Amino acid sequence: MALTLLNLVIQGVLIGGLYALFALGLSLSLGVMRFINIAHGDMIVLGSFLLMSLSQFLGWSPFLTALFMMPLAFAGGYMLQRFLLQRIVGKSVLPAVLVTFGLAIIIQNGLLEGYGPNTRKLSGGAVEIASINLGGLIDIGVYPLLVFLCAVLTIFALDRFLYKSAMGARIRAVAADPAAADLIGLSAAKIYAIAGGIVGMTMMLAACCMSVWTNFDAAIGPSRLLAAFEAVALGGLGSLWGTLAGGIILGVAQNIGSQFDAAWQTLAQHVVFLVLLVLRPQGLFSKG
Amino acid sequence: MSPSASMAPVLVLRGLLIVGALVGLAAPWLFDLNQLTLMTDVFTVLVMALMWNLLAGYADIITVGQQAFVGVGAYAFYGLTVLAEIDPFVAVGLAGLVTLVLAVPAMAFVFRLRTAYLAVGTWVVAEVLMLIAGKLPGFGSGSGVSLPIRIVKAFGSSLAARTQNIYFLAFGLAVIAFVATWALLRSRVGLGLTAMRDNEEAAGSAGVDLVRGRILCFLWTAPFLGLAGVLVTLQKLRVSPGASFSITDWTIYIIFIVVIGGIGSLEGPFLGTILFFVMRQYLSDFGAWYLMLLGAISIAIILIEPRGLWGLWRRFNTREAIPVSHHPPVV
Repeated sequence: MALTLLNLVIQGVLIGGLYALFALGLSLSLGVMRFINIAHGDMIVLGSFLLMSLSQFLGWSPFLTALFMMPLAFAGGYMLQRFLLQRIVGKSVLPAVLVTFGLAIIIQNGLLEGYGPNTRKLSGGAVEIASINLGGLIDIGVYPLLVFLCAVLTIFALDRFLYKSAMGARIRAVAADPAAADLIGLSAAKIYAIAGGIVGMTMMLAACCMSVWTNFDAAIGPSRLLAAFEAVALGGLGSLWGTLAGGIILGVAQNIGSQFDAAWQTLAQHVVFLVLLVLRPQGLFSKG
Repeated sequence: MSPSASMAPVLVLRGLLIVGALVGLAAPWLFDLNQLTLMTDVFTVLVMALMWNLLAGYADIITVGQQAFVGVGAYAFYGLTVLAEIDPFVAVGLAGLVTLVLAVPAMAFVFRLRTAYLAVGTWVVAEVLMLIAGKLPGFGSGSGVSLPIRIVKAFGSSLAARTQNIYFLAFGLAVIAFVATWALLRSRVGLGLTAMRDNEEAAGSAGVDLVRGRILCFLWTAPFLGLAGVLVTLQKLRVSPGASFSITDWTIYIIFIVVIGGIGSLEGPFLGTILFFVMRQYLSDFGAWYLMLLGAISIAIILIEPRGLWGLWRRFNTREAIPVSHHPPVV
């Protein structure tokens, strides 16, 4: 019994890595550009479908194709921020919610029209079925472990980038006070666009990890958004490591809930989020 | 072109509104059953649009979880009338009351969140309520359950009588929702809400109780949305988690309606509802393309005129067709 529980927790922690990857882009757009992207989940799903098409076309593995698509993802995020989202940041919350909401509906239905309603999954090859036995009943999948390590490395790199590099300092300056940053010669619009590009790259990474891990279809974007949002809110705004912790909590809750049935899997995730939210509205690791 | 303050155009609009109300009242004698069913849909959607507009347009509560109250109303009605065997007409009213009671604990969660967080937070709460609805014993679990013939017959023994009765319930609810919300916006509280809409900080420093205004609005919408949920159930003759708590039907479409018509005005939901049904009549065959078009139009509207089509109109004529603002007394 204790071993079964331990197994559930370990697998849940690994799923938490995937959730943290979903959430990183959302955490950045909330923390830097200060708006919530309702289309966040749908954009990740869009990334998965584009990855599928391109990797079929090139005949490459999804991982290599995703690497190849990273510059495109940066360009996509950059342009979206520069030419559309820039027009609504800094105003009240309403325009940002409504514009990204419109985007979400356009992407969802565009995917439905272009790819149909069927579920898809990408094949990652031998790494998908490989596992490590930790003794007894506990087997760890190599692929989930790699995704988790990928999440940890990405968070480490993003954290270093934001707090140690010159560009990171510029991004934080604009996030803290766009008007003051403008006064010292930092163009908020350009800095936001670069942050938008980085968000695009984290989305591509999440899309790649998700599409090899689980099934996806045109309609699952909103549930990815909710998981990402819950991870960010649980961890506390501005803390990337907090987002990982939030993702892990959700993953463990889901995994234990899934012991009952599919509805409980999602229900457990949401209920844990709501309860922790009431106990600690500012998040677990909030920086101020 | 500078805006005019001429009264003539708004008098025409007010005339249209009154003619619309009279046609609504006489509808069963003017239209056939199909058209009457369509008008029941129109008035139900209008109620939802008025409520979302009150929250998002005035109280600064941008909810993506409005479908929760619609679903709760639907399930409460089914539970009260089928499982508890309460008289169907009494159950209609009680379903609205149950929604109001459930709104109080929902508020405890939702009001912990502010601004951007609130939009997604309300969505999570709605998702939880939908999943719980699918677990309730007696409600057909995940696939839902139909209303028994006995209950259906209680609203009229023939199809014609039933369609007419349900239509009048929808029409009556829409009239009450509109008149009551209009009165709310014209009251002292409404003045505060209008001030909140225009500038939250200034309203707060001028002594408007922002929290009280928000609580009132949130609770205000609950019974109306719950009753709209009852009407939806009477139209579809069944409850199910997917349809009764449909985010597409009771929130996404409603947001498009209010955004396109004009958020933060009473005229907006009317304009948006009319336009939505006209578009649906001609374009809904295009399925996914239709939704993409709605999304694109609403993005364009937000970027060009955040106050929607009614905002565009008011660039040319500053008068309100449904007056909620106050003029200082002439000394």
